[in-house]
Amino acid sequence: MTKWTIDSAREAIAGKKISARELADEYYKRIEARNPELNAFLALSPERAYAQADKVDAMVASGKPLPPMAGVPIAIKDTISTRGTKTTCGSKILEQYVPPYDATAVTRLEAAGAVILGKTNCDEFAMGSSNENSAFGVVRNPEATDRVPGGSSGGSAAAVAAGLAVASLGTDTGGSIRQPGSFCGVPAMMGSYGRVSRYGLIAFASSLDRIGPFANNVKDIATVLQIIAGRDPQDSTSTTAPVPEYRTEVGKPVTGLRVGIPKEYFGAGMDGEVRKKIEAGIEVLKRIGCKTVEIAMPHTDYAIATYYIIATAEASSNLARYDGVRYGLRVDDDSLLAMYRKTRGAGFGPEVKRRIVLGTYVLSAGYYEAYYLKGQKVRALIAQDFRDAYTKVDVIVTPTSPVPAFKLGERTADPLQMYLADIYTVTGSLAGVPGISVPCGRICGKLPVGLQIFGPAFGEAKVLQLAHLFELAGGGTV
Amino acid sequence: MKISREDVLRVAELAYLDLSESELETYRLQIDEILEYIGKLNELDTANVEPMAQVLADDQTADATLREDVEIPVHAAAELLRQAPDPEPPYFCVPKVIER
Repeated sequence: MTKWTIDSAREAIAGKKISARELADEYYKRIEARNPELNAFLALSPERAYAQADKVDAMVASGKPLPPMAGVPIAIKDTISTRGTKTTCGSKILEQYVPPYDATAVTRLEAAGAVILGKTNCDEFAMGSSNENSAFGVVRNPEATDRVPGGSSGGSAAAVAAGLAVASLGTDTGGSIRQPGSFCGVPAMMGSYGRVSRYGLIAFASSLDRIGPFANNVKDIATVLQIIAGRDPQDSTSTTAPVPEYRTEVGKPVTGLRVGIPKEYFGAGMDGEVRKKIEAGIEVLKRIGCKTVEIAMPHTDYAIATYYIIATAEASSNLARYDGVRYGLRVDDDSLLAMYRKTRGAGFGPEVKRRIVLGTYVLSAGYYEAYYLKGQKVRALIAQDFRDAYTKVDVIVTPTSPVPAFKLGERTADPLQMYLADIYTVTGSLAGVPGISVPCGRICGKLPVGLQIFGPAFGEAKVLQLAHLFELAGGGTV
Repeated sequence: MKISREDVLRVAELAYLDLSESELETYRLQIDEILEYIGKLNELDTANVEPMAQVLADDQTADATLREDVEIPVHAAAELLRQAPDPEPPYFCVPKVIER
């Protein structure tokens, strides 16, 4: 099975070694063979994919210059709107929902020639760290099928890892791109908050949600980010800050780059084998010319508590829109208020309900100051930790997750334990900085470990540069 | 105990969320444990810290990103109404809320 990259696929199509239609065919065959076991895809969009592939093939035939992702088969997380293709967010309440428009990220990828194969499974409304909260079944980790792929973008990670898509889009609110990337052994990145338009991303926690790519290598990550980044008038939080040429930036050397290693990310709760791999990864960074500096980020230990106040508060507000009136499920009742209650009670799954209750509670009269306001203040301290660190170092390196992929069902009974697994990723989410997870060896040659690199706000180029050189220097096989 | 059965009921009412008896008790226990954990934030003195609602600095939002307030027609209404649970174009229908 050929593991196509964006560049190799585009070149093969440009050189007429394979047509875009044949490549799409190949990927649909792979999906047909492997998806019944993995459950990475929830919906396929062959009509749209083949129409796009034919367009690319026509461009090849007429000798026109090809866009950067011409004919490249990709997958889109099911929290991201796709016109004409069901977008369920992994929830029963949106089981039949077909968006009338595309997310900006989807529009831009298609304009760059990408072929959208279908929609990938995820935790319901992106709430989860294992993909076990999907209303449409668990996703299996292609590297170890008795284990979770991570979450919430588990389907997007599994699809790329299993070779069922060349690249994919996920969404990250507290680690939902980086952690599944780590569990499935593929690079996965979220840009700075504001770097990529959220238009068409179905909201979970609006001050934290970000769209970002999974791919087979860091250069492909740079390519996708390049295409989806930049100001969009449809999202007022997307910034006008110029987008650098990431694909050029990734090739630059990192000699003398100051890499901060925060001691708080290597404490109790970290798996011993993960620690060994990350330490070996840090040696690779030194070998390619980085200077490591031990730093302190004193508020790290408060990040989970802060995150689960802010994320649930925003979620309880955002999910108020599912009322059985405009779209999605309705459970009938003669009374309007009872119709709301029944619809939401029947349509949402357990984790979503738990978070709505918690989020409503921390926002309710008498508790707002003690919880929500307190959370916002500690968020400011966590963001300050990052700003302080970047006065001493250029990037920050940590493990992506304290543990490798765990067994299916192992953690579902205890939500707090599940939340604590997000300890190394939620910090960067709260601070708004960019972060990537890159493969950093495998435990017993099997379970992937991810090394996380945080950059300063809008410092994606540095992050990509370091991740690319780490990958070239064999970081993936330490 | 941080959160009582009555608290969960009150919050579920605020959120228009039907919960079964078993959900009510499970969530009460789990959320109690989560709130206990969240209590660790009280170790921090935040009296002089400004709350942070979002991460973008002023120069990245406000004037830089607010567009002119012009009308941009979006022709999605018909398509959206088609998949509403109870449409009567151009309206969404809801159970009767006003008694005659």
